[in-house]
Amino acid sequence: MTGGPATPAPSIVPAPRQAPDALVEYLLRLGDDRLVLGHRLSEWCGHGPILEEDIALSNVALDLLGQATMFLRLAGQVEGRGRDEDALAYFREVVDFRNCQLVELPNGDFGFTIARQFLFDVHAVVVLDALSRSGNAELAAIAAKSLKEAKYHVRHSGEWVLKLGDGTAESHQRIQRAFDALWRFTPELFAADVVDAAMLAAGVGPDLAALQAVWDGLVRDVVERATLSLPHAAPPIAGRSGRQGSHTEALGHLLAEMQIVARSHPGAKW
Amino acid sequence: MVGAAAPTRDAVLAVLDEVMDPEVPVLSVRELGIVREVEVAGDGAVTVTVTPTYSGCPAIQVIEQDILSALEQAGYRASVRTTYAPAWTSDWIESAARAKLKAYGIAPPGRSESGGGLVQLMRHRAAAQCPYCDSRDTELRSEFGSTACKSVCWCRACRQPFEEFKAI
Repeated sequence: MTGGPATPAPSIVPAPRQAPDALVEYLLRLGDDRLVLGHRLSEWCGHGPILEEDIALSNVALDLLGQATMFLRLAGQVEGRGRDEDALAYFREVVDFRNCQLVELPNGDFGFTIARQFLFDVHAVVVLDALSRSGNAELAAIAAKSLKEAKYHVRHSGEWVLKLGDGTAESHQRIQRAFDALWRFTPELFAADVVDAAMLAAGVGPDLAALQAVWDGLVRDVVERATLSLPHAAPPIAGRSGRQGSHTEALGHLLAEMQIVARSHPGAKW
Repeated sequence: MVGAAAPTRDAVLAVLDEVMDPEVPVLSVRELGIVREVEVAGDGAVTVTVTPTYSGCPAIQVIEQDILSALEQAGYRASVRTTYAPAWTSDWIESAARAKLKAYGIAPPGRSESGGGLVQLMRHRAAAQCPYCDSRDTELRSEFGSTACKSVCWCRACRQPFEEFKAI
């Protein structure tokens, strides 16, 4: 390290990044939601409360992983920097992930997992239904395919909300507690920023404010039938959200486990 | 084997009729509706367009490999491309293939439901017909089974569990 030309100390101020392409960002959000939630659900494999549920949660995890693959592959193609879906899944850092915080939360008990899944699944059917009419034909095709799966996902989680809410005192109390804890993470699902505005203007993405009203109605209908209640209003998001790379502590731990094999053996094939 | 002449589309389809689905080995990839299009270029290059049944189906990579190796063994230069639109539906499985599913012990799919609300809970669905004893006195135990494409049912008449090919 001596004798050579002096190299400047690396700057601790990051170089200004090129403004990200709105469509790439948008596709990463759709893909990362499904990648992260699929990984969370896969943690139930071998731990489900009954065999049928073990299989069901693993099946939903697999569907979500497949959907993530399609969205991330398209994101990589649009980005045009040679990153495929595996590069995006395994070689990005926490701050580069664009999923909502709801999907990264630890699984908790079965009631917590089901309540989170229901809130996400209703969001999924509402958004995918709108995206199946997107002006971007490739995105519309992926959305239409994913919507078929999301419809039976929400049937699964929704029927469990009914069973647990209208079940025993213990199951009622546990899933009510889950909804109470999860509710503050729901505004993020519909918080529109510059990316959403650009997608709406381009005829690619939906009007999130309009979708939020539909989502709210569908969620409340099932929750009330399940003899449960929802907090009246969720607090607005303070500062940045998961959509801009701001995450809870839980995502780093999740990625460490999800990415370790790919990073330890880059390029490995089996 | 194939001579110097460019392959015909029918000859390619005949090869694909012999490529079986790895999870449901009584049905060919054509019978399942996975093969959407076959094109033979002027120079003899074959392009097969496939669509996945379920987006997470792990068999799709095996299926693509099986298609490529079957065509290469038959002497063709082949490539596979994937399409997502129109989305795969179990309605593409025709009656002859449905009979094969039943003989294999899997209840064939009912009609897929398009339209309807986005959130449909506790819906009334037609009970699957037991592939063993033909009874309709059956119940759905779980919409999720051993593979993405099957659900688990129970026959009250012959008191046996059986799988049903999902209708989507």
